[in-house]
Amino acid sequence: MTLSGFLLAVLAVAVLSYVSVRARASVFAPIKNGERAHSRPVYHGARAALMALVPAGLVILAWAALGGELVAAQTLSRLPVDARPEAGLATQAFLNELRAVLSGSIPVAFTPSVQDAVPIYRELSNQWMLIVGGLALLLAAIGAGYAWLTSKPTLRARTSVELFATVSLAIASLVAILTTFGIVASLLYESLEFFSRVSPLELIFGTQWSPQTAIRADQVGSSGAFGAVPLFWGTVFIGAIIAMIVAIPLGLMSAIYLTQYAKPSARRVLKPLLEVLAGVPTVVYGYFAALTVAPAVREFAISIGISNASSESALAAGVVMGIMIIPFVSSMADDALSAVPGAMRDGSLAMGATPSETIKKVLVPAALPGIVGGILLAVSRAIGETMIVVMAAGKAANLTANPFEGVTTVTAQIVQLLTGDQEFDSAKTLSAFALGLVLFAVTLMLNVYALAVVKRYREAYD
Amino acid sequence: MTDAAQTFDSARSRAPTAWQSDAMAKRTRARYRKERRFRFMGLAALVLAAGFLAFLLFTIISDGWRGFQRAEIAVDVTFAEAELLSDGSDLSRADYRSLLNRDAEEQFGTSRVISEGAWPQLRDRLAAEPELLGQTERIWVVASPFIDLLAKGQVDFDLPPERQLVDEEIISDYRALVAEDRVRIAFNSGFLSRADSTSSEQAGVWGALVGSVLTILVTLAISFPIGVMTAIYLEEYAPKNRITDIIEVSINNLAAVPSIIFGLLGLAVFLNFFGMPRSAPIVGGLTLALMTLPVIVIASRVSIQSVPPSIKDAAYGIGASRLQVVTHHVLPVALPGILTGTIIGISRALGETAPLLLIGMRAFVSDVPEGVTEPATVLPVQIFLWSDEVGRGFIEKTSAAIMVLLAVLLSMNAFAIYLRNKFERRW
Repeated sequence: MTLSGFLLAVLAVAVLSYVSVRARASVFAPIKNGERAHSRPVYHGARAALMALVPAGLVILAWAALGGELVAAQTLSRLPVDARPEAGLATQAFLNELRAVLSGSIPVAFTPSVQDAVPIYRELSNQWMLIVGGLALLLAAIGAGYAWLTSKPTLRARTSVELFATVSLAIASLVAILTTFGIVASLLYESLEFFSRVSPLELIFGTQWSPQTAIRADQVGSSGAFGAVPLFWGTVFIGAIIAMIVAIPLGLMSAIYLTQYAKPSARRVLKPLLEVLAGVPTVVYGYFAALTVAPAVREFAISIGISNASSESALAAGVVMGIMIIPFVSSMADDALSAVPGAMRDGSLAMGATPSETIKKVLVPAALPGIVGGILLAVSRAIGETMIVVMAAGKAANLTANPFEGVTTVTAQIVQLLTGDQEFDSAKTLSAFALGLVLFAVTLMLNVYALAVVKRYREAYD
Repeated sequence: MTDAAQTFDSARSRAPTAWQSDAMAKRTRARYRKERRFRFMGLAALVLAAGFLAFLLFTIISDGWRGFQRAEIAVDVTFAEAELLSDGSDLSRADYRSLLNRDAEEQFGTSRVISEGAWPQLRDRLAAEPELLGQTERIWVVASPFIDLLAKGQVDFDLPPERQLVDEEIISDYRALVAEDRVRIAFNSGFLSRADSTSSEQAGVWGALVGSVLTILVTLAISFPIGVMTAIYLEEYAPKNRITDIIEVSINNLAAVPSIIFGLLGLAVFLNFFGMPRSAPIVGGLTLALMTLPVIVIASRVSIQSVPPSIKDAAYGIGASRLQVVTHHVLPVALPGILTGTIIGISRALGETAPLLLIGMRAFVSDVPEGVTEPATVLPVQIFLWSDEVGRGFIEKTSAAIMVLLAVLLSMNAFAIYLRNKFERRW
């Protein structure tokens, strides 16, 4: 019997107890003076099912999450001392091989001691599974029995069920906090590890970025250089300058046309079109940038006399990122413009101003805080964008304002640092988390500030 | 005299505006011209944006449709019984590779015109028609990548030899094949039924598609219930206090965190802390679930807010409990909106690449994954991997894979719009 078999058995007990307790509750006699039972039968049933299911389910879940580790540890301790792997990486490798044999992905282990461990592991895990499964079933039976015994007409079964629902809803809502906490904690933990080797000042103010640490300590340049200024500049250059030069005019003008000029029928066609642009995955934009836009940019650069134009350029990545951001800017501007009270627009038109004069002199100035907030959000999105820059912006950390040269960004470096083969706690790998921390902090600040601006602006006209 | 009276006085003393004068008419014309120009700029911006989209789709499709085709070559294969069963084993393990290579060499003088992975076609054919054993049969097998390029007209014969993609010998091989009418272009059934491969003519998207489906199922199974429960809690249960504020702030911030940060989280927590398997859909699904969660929560909250209070009040009024109001009245009314938001969030997760790269889903996986703990890759990552391949044949494969991905995403979005239009109620 496997763990899922036990889970099915527990479920069966829960269903059984639901049906039986519900049936029992539905024949409750009126208590006295014709007063009826407190809760309807379905709540008695639900309470019984929960009592059977929840403790047993938790036990099984905990075992599914932690059991493998426990059994592995016990297996190691059962091995003869000389067959045990050394602590650390050797143990990891040993366990990986063991798991590969157990799952059947390799037929026979390469290491003899692993092959010896296989039957021990199997035996132990079978033993433990019987114990845990039996415990779960026992808990389920006790829960069901208790529910059966306690279901009386006066029992407030509905209250218990409602309490359970409230508590589980509250627990579910804590996942968001946990996630935020997990992000901050993991980034901080790894970054602190990194900062114990490289000073944070070097990361933020250094201008030399070459994270390749040599494998042997005596090699030249084994320390690596972690000055991230070229990355910050590349990120700003692509995401906040080139992309915005493309996205702001196009997005803003599209929003103005859609909200102020377009007939409803045209709006119905054009707006979904922009939404499609927003729904295209970024890897597709990246491919488009690398394969179509970048060569075109290079040809153009050569034709205007820049001979050393590279095939990967800031311009190609920035322009495509700008296109990607257009729908975002447009929808933020759309919201801001439609929040301006109609009376202001009507007043301006009644004074004889043309629609374009009204837009330029009344609507846009009135909506400016909202539009600026939206643009800040767009910038935060652009600097966190990864795939376009990974595929089209290049890998060299150049500190240059020449848009035809390749630059690299924070996100592109994170991907590059973490997708090779590397040991986990080298400075190179850890630096990716430090970069992630900087990225997280900057986008968070941009978002909080922009949302505050947008919110204050909306309230001004409410 | 007060200011107002002064202004009034001076206004009266001014000559009335000459609306019909030339200067005025000119000014009006100029203003209208500006108006038209501004309006045109607005339209131009939209047309430009739409043009980008059209151009993007055009380049993808013009490259990609070839990915759904493959060149095939007719080889007269002799299923020599003695040779196939030489080592006494059964037919399913016989050496079809050398059989095919020998026949190809006999007929074309070389075996390089056929794909190195073409031999299983013989095995499958023989398994389907055992009576072919000992017979000679003309079989259309997959051609090598260079023949594929030539047959699809991808090679420019006018280029000087040193810039040519294909060398002279293969071109002459190809011409000989065409002269014998032994090359054809056929539908590439393998593209939709196979997993990744190192040779472009054998590579398919099915493995990545299955990986995507497994990953998204995990994402959905986690983010949908938790997201909806969080939304219900915040809208119907939560007291106004510090903790509720923190929950709201974290959800709004999580919605704006760059996706790659979730990849770092997945790497640090799921892989390194909990020791879950690398490259597995379960880790990818968990990571994407955390990313999708805020989207679902926000959409569900908006949808729950739009349920008219009168419905809830009426239910409370006849003695329904909070849970009953939520499950019997709020959820059924809000469900279409919740589902629409969920589909949009899920389709975003389906197109996501960066976080999955960090948790190792970029491994080369040549088998179709069979469970959520097995190594797998997903469609966007497959596109990324193929776009890095040097082989010329992978360009059309990449575009074809993008076409598959876009088709899946667009149909999901269309379904969301359909749901919204069908069930949207105005109160």
